Amino acid sequence: MVKVKNLTDKEYLYGHKACPGCGLGTIGRLALKILGERTIVALPASCMSTVTTQYPQMNYSVPSLTMAFAGTGAVLTGMSAGLKAQGVTDVHVLGLAGDGGTADIGLQALSGAVERGDDFIYICYDNEAYMNTGVQRSSLTPIGANTTNSPSGTASYGEKKPKKNLFEIMIAHRIPYAATASSAYPYDFMNKMEKTKSLRGPKFIHIMCPCPTGWGFASDLTVEIGKLAVETGMWYLAEYENGKVKMNVIPKTLKPVEEYLIKQRRFRHLNEDTIKLIREHRDSEWRIIRERWVLSNC
Amino acid sequence: MAKPQIVKFKFPESLEEMPLGPSAAAGILTEPNAGWRVQSPVIEHPKCTKCLLCWVLCPEGVIGKENEQLEIDMNYCKGCGLCAHECPKDAITMVQEGEADDQ
Ligand SMILES: Cc1ncc(C[n+]2csc(CCOP(=O)(O)OP(=O)(O)O)c2C)c(N)n1
Ligand code: SF4
Ligand code: SF4
Ligand code: SF4
Ligand SMILES: [Mg+2]
Repeated sequence: MVKVKNLTDKEYLYGHKACPGCGLGTIGRLALKILGERTIVALPASCMSTVTTQYPQMNYSVPSLTMAFAGTGAVLTGMSAGLKAQGVTDVHVLGLAGDGGTADIGLQALSGAVERGDDFIYICYDNEAYMNTGVQRSSLTPIGANTTNSPSGTASYGEKKPKKNLFEIMIAHRIPYAATASSAYPYDFMNKMEKTKSLRGPKFIHIMCPCPTGWGFASDLTVEIGKLAVETGMWYLAEYENGKVKMNVIPKTLKPVEEYLIKQRRFRHLNEDTIKLIREHRDSEWRIIRERWVLSNC
Repeated sequence: MAKPQIVKFKFPESLEEMPLGPSAAAGILTEPNAGWRVQSPVIEHPKCTKCLLCWVLCPEGVIGKENEQLEIDMNYCKGCGLCAHECPKDAITMVQEGEADDQ
């Protein structure tokens, strides 16, 4: 278990240009605190790369490489192969990619790298849209969300399709370690990062990253929104290891989805009928979670 | 030094000094972000139990825990207010930028 007193004072991600309050900074800096100085970071086009590598600034104090949007998995393979060829065994290879870069355009490269069994850590920080380019939907945008290309109005309630389940896609690869996390649960995240350190092969963490700008909430509410996502069952914290899924948080009763939705501009247009749609979707997801991962484990 | 410090930017004068390809030297800061801020966090130290939740959560990593009292690097604090909102002891107050100096 990670103890705050033992965490390094060193900041390996510092002075970046992310919007105030953005969960992205917390995710990047805590991940690097756990992995330490001997880490190489791979960054596809995304907020995470844009806000940290604005010439002449370089906000990572560890080596990093920015590259094509689709290439995270391939670059991680190259990095770990390069280290192996040089006989370097004490360096972590870390990918930090968005939901679009992971679940849409980068999925093939990621799947290939996981299937090959290369040694790397992949963090998908999920702000649930293409934020860097101005809030366009991705396959991880949740149902009902207003984005610039799933606009809400008289003819539409916003995004029509539910969020794709990336965690289950990774489990289908029989990956050594996969987890979901949230920037609002930093200790849970750090403990998961700690686990990735000692395991060989591909490791994957899908972490929710509430985005004040794209979701439409005040900059001091990032953690509150992230917690509400878990408490209302709109997100969940779990990990997959040795062929088993463990739920890290199992809310006894889920809070009404409205408590999460009304705090965000992207859901403000929803009415009773569309909120019902979201509630039903959440309930059906949780039926699956409880049947597969909660009941079967006890 | 736990946090990187600002260095003066020297404009490349020849091709050899230009960064090569997509990679660059690490940890280079040339300008503060303080100008973004409209509010500043002020810590009431007697109320603080040093639980370090603010230190963990701060997206900028500007809170320092090395010394007896927490310290904030105001060059890079963006004034998001997350620390004040999450502090379990209500030990942090956000004040309008400019007013913090009078406290
Ligand atoms: C092949 C290609 N298509 C489009 C782009 C433009 N582009 C850059 S970042 C980005 C969106 C990134 O979204 P996501 O991966 O979710 O990261 P976020 O910005 O939300 O953090 C897009 C579309 C690109 N760089 N390359
Ligand atoms: S747009 Fe969203 S994810 Fe991107 S830096 Fe701003 S708050 Fe963070
Ligand atoms: S969260 Fe509050 S009590 Fe805890 S260390 Fe920060 S200021 Fe002190
Ligand atoms: S206001 Fe925001 S940036 Fe400033 S110390 Fe608090 S959490 Fe960090
Ligand atoms: Mg995104």
